[in-house]
Amino acid sequence: MKILKIIAIIALVGFVGIQFIPTERNQSYTVPETDFMLVHNVPETIQKKLQVSCYDCHSNNTQYPWYNKIQPAAWFLEDHIKEGKAELNFNEWDSLSSRRKSSKLRSIIKQIESGEMPLDSYTLIHKDAKFSEAEAEELINFITQLKDSL
Amino acid sequence: MTVGILVMTLTLTAISCKDGKKDEPAAPMSNEMYQESMDDKDDMAMSDNQDAKAEAILKDYFNLKDALVGDDNDKAKELGATLASTFGNFDASSYSDSEQQELKDIMEDATEHAEHISESDIAHQREHFKIISKDVTDMVAITGTENTLYQLFCPMYDGGSNWLSMSKDVKNPYYGSKMLTCGEMQKEIN
Repeated sequence: MKILKIIAIIALVGFVGIQFIPTERNQSYTVPETDFMLVHNVPETIQKKLQVSCYDCHSNNTQYPWYNKIQPAAWFLEDHIKEGKAELNFNEWDSLSSRRKSSKLRSIIKQIESGEMPLDSYTLIHKDAKFSEAEAEELINFITQLKDSL
Repeated sequence: MTVGILVMTLTLTAISCKDGKKDEPAAPMSNEMYQESMDDKDDMAMSDNQDAKAEAILKDYFNLKDALVGDDNDKAKELGATLASTFGNFDASSYSDSEQQELKDIMEDATEHAEHISESDIAHQREHFKIISKDVTDMVAITGTENTLYQLFCPMYDGGSNWLSMSKDVKNPYYGSKMLTCGEMQKEIN
């Protein structure tokens, strides 16, 4: 019993302790000119969907949920956002060459088609980030058109 | 801690400044070399140096292609990593400005896809290989190559996909043993 108590105390101290380790917040209040939605004429429904389903990890501004202020959830998210932005940052879209745009658009189509994106760990909590079949189709059609027009 | 990092940064900056100065006298010489290689290009004979770089990419590309033909996921991972660094090391400095820009775009794109190949399952590797094949084809259009290459075409994979090979025999990297001979020779390059 005593050992359990000690372990519980250590865990608690550890948990409180890690709260003081600062994390990098992905927040920006300006949208740069290179943003995907500013460069392309994106229908409003798709804009909304991208914002809700993609921009949290693929732009310079994350809408943080409350629990992300608590470690270790914050670390987990920080990692994902870093990786997500390295792969694709919608805010910096127009700084890519048309070759790279085209291959990014291709990847977007593939990942939506196969359901790889948005990540399961993300849609688990962000239910509204999930794509219905119709939404996925609409987005894929739009991206395909955009890709062909590049 | 912060002070330590600051001191280290300053030291590093100081070292790199020194290096920069040392390089200066050498600059006119490399200019000459640049002009020489431009002249060579006018004669339609590229300097060995240039060729070696495009050839290195082609060599690694063909190795990767063979790994995919052989359904070898692990080997393709390894070769993807190799190819990523070969793409990254490509030196386009001897080409014209517009060619340099194009080559830079190609290399950036291709590096990213090669990196993905180094960490994916074989289905994904093949998706990325398709894009790399286009990148490498576009590169060859600029750099040329000393060997005769063949552009092959598989109508079934992903709405039709190309790849390059040194041989006109069809050995399909998109399907491997599943449909090894699916496809056709489309074009001879060089």
